[in-house]
Amino acid sequence: MTAITLDRPAPVARRVSPAGWFRHTMTLAWRSLVQIRHNPMELMDLSVQPIMFLLLFTYVFGGAIAGSTGDYLQFALPGLIAQNMLFATLSTGVGLNSDITKGVFDRLRSLPIARSAPLTGRIVADTLKQVWAFGLFLGLGLVLGFRVHTGVAGVLGALALLLTFALAMSWISVLIGVIASEPEKVQIFAFSILMPITFTSNAFVETSTMPTWLQKWVDVNPVSHIADAVRGLLTGGPVAGHATISLIWALALAVVFAPLAVRAFKNRV
Amino acid sequence: MPDAIVAEGLVKKYGDVVALDGMELTVPEGTIFGLLGPNGAGKTTTVRILTTLLKPDAGRATVAGLDVVRDAARLRAQIGASGQYAAVDDHLTGAENLEMVGRLYHLGIKHSKQRARELLDRFDLADAADRPVQGYSGGMRRRLDLAGALVANPPVLFLDEPTTGLDPRARIGLWDVIAELVAAGTTVLLTTQYMEEADRLANRIAVVDHGRVIALGTADELKDQVGGDRIQLSVTSAAHLESAARTLAPLAVGDMQIDATALQVTIPVAGGAVALTQALGHLAAERITVRDAGLRRPTLDDVFLSLTGHEADEKIKEKETVR
Repeated sequence: MTAITLDRPAPVARRVSPAGWFRHTMTLAWRSLVQIRHNPMELMDLSVQPIMFLLLFTYVFGGAIAGSTGDYLQFALPGLIAQNMLFATLSTGVGLNSDITKGVFDRLRSLPIARSAPLTGRIVADTLKQVWAFGLFLGLGLVLGFRVHTGVAGVLGALALLLTFALAMSWISVLIGVIASEPEKVQIFAFSILMPITFTSNAFVETSTMPTWLQKWVDVNPVSHIADAVRGLLTGGPVAGHATISLIWALALAVVFAPLAVRAFKNRV
Repeated sequence: MPDAIVAEGLVKKYGDVVALDGMELTVPEGTIFGLLGPNGAGKTTTVRILTTLLKPDAGRATVAGLDVVRDAARLRAQIGASGQYAAVDDHLTGAENLEMVGRLYHLGIKHSKQRARELLDRFDLADAADRPVQGYSGGMRRRLDLAGALVANPPVLFLDEPTTGLDPRARIGLWDVIAELVAAGTTVLLTTQYMEEADRLANRIAVVDHGRVIALGTADELKDQVGGDRIQLSVTSAAHLESAARTLAPLAVGDMQIDATALQVTIPVAGGAVALTQALGHLAAERITVRDAGLRRPTLDDVFLSLTGHEADEKIKEKETVR
């Protein structure tokens, strides 16, 4: 073994500059993305699960619900995309929680980096994962027979709407991630909320087939509006109303949960 | 020599529980300071305050001349911390873990990779460099965690129970590394539950109990505090143990320790070898069969026992049986 001969670190500035913050965020985002390579579970979440859902819904329910798998795919793909986007927001909270419970968070906090970088790094990485999932759904959907009737602008608009909503949702994920005592609890808690919310929407079946009392909720449910807006943006149809309601929901969620999440995060920092 | 770490009257409470109750310590540059105490004594809380992870309720502390609260941001560039729970990312390889730390220190991607390789070589992890940490053994994780604390070669290093849970070989390996670092000029604050570790590594030792320093000095000074040599002998039966204790009581200059399970009695004595000869004579006269007898210097265990009235290892044993 050789003795350590590296120079001592130069004194750094008292506060982290915006450029420093950007570098820390990007490094930590890089770290989240490199993890995917070594973590089979992440790969499941990101790729296998979307593919599985898409195939199951199309070929198992398609015939029963819409009469043909092709027609159903055209209807359900935007819904599946919306549902997957919501589930994918969990990864922010799960990742944050596992950093906190495993001590990685303490290591990061003892480094001379921007205080918010562990959070922003994750969000950047999770946004890229959302883009990947959207591309995967759309690509596989096209292979299976889904047709985009709008164009590039429609596709990009759908993606922008989904990412905006995901960003708002991620505050809830962060809040749960910071508070929960272990990553499994983040998953269980969020699943038991997201599962009913995504299914009591028009993501997978027409609202008119449901009982009247349920229809009332389905019409309010943000998932219905996101699904409808994405439908409109990809296959044509009304967009503005649904997109506006989705964005209002996103804003409301952010206004309520961002301060709570930031406060909880700062208490842990 | 200037002091690398100074803590004055640190207090930290968690609700009603007082974790630190006026913690004081001073560590000169380039030395290893050992914080020795049982679980819950306040060792980890002290380290968390000194590494800016926790704010004290009262008192003040400086590390490398920087206040741990006011100058926290600047201080973080001067310290490295390696904890009890190896804070490494399971889903990154060893090399990626260290590269991440280097990049966060603004070493640049190329230099970060290079530095990672250097450290992996140095910690005998080169073969496992490109494997995910998930498959590492406990000792490997600990070494990687320590390597992570050394990426920017910080002048002050905090090691919170660095060898807890390691097998003896891994422990000795880590001791060698720590000794080398100090030889190269690094200041180290080390917390440990192991007397042997503090004895072997630390220049000075603070014995901590209930959030305060209850004794301070070199290992030898602490041992001298509890008096001279000890006669330690074991007998063949419980009946003999009792009569042995009774017979030898007049020789004792302090409290005798009687271990009923090991059938062992430990007696602090003044006269060294002469006392041992005397003791054996008395026992032979009483026809007590001695299985094993010897004279030894006090250990830090004795120091701890005489200072606190309880053994440092007590709580560790409890913890281990719980597991």
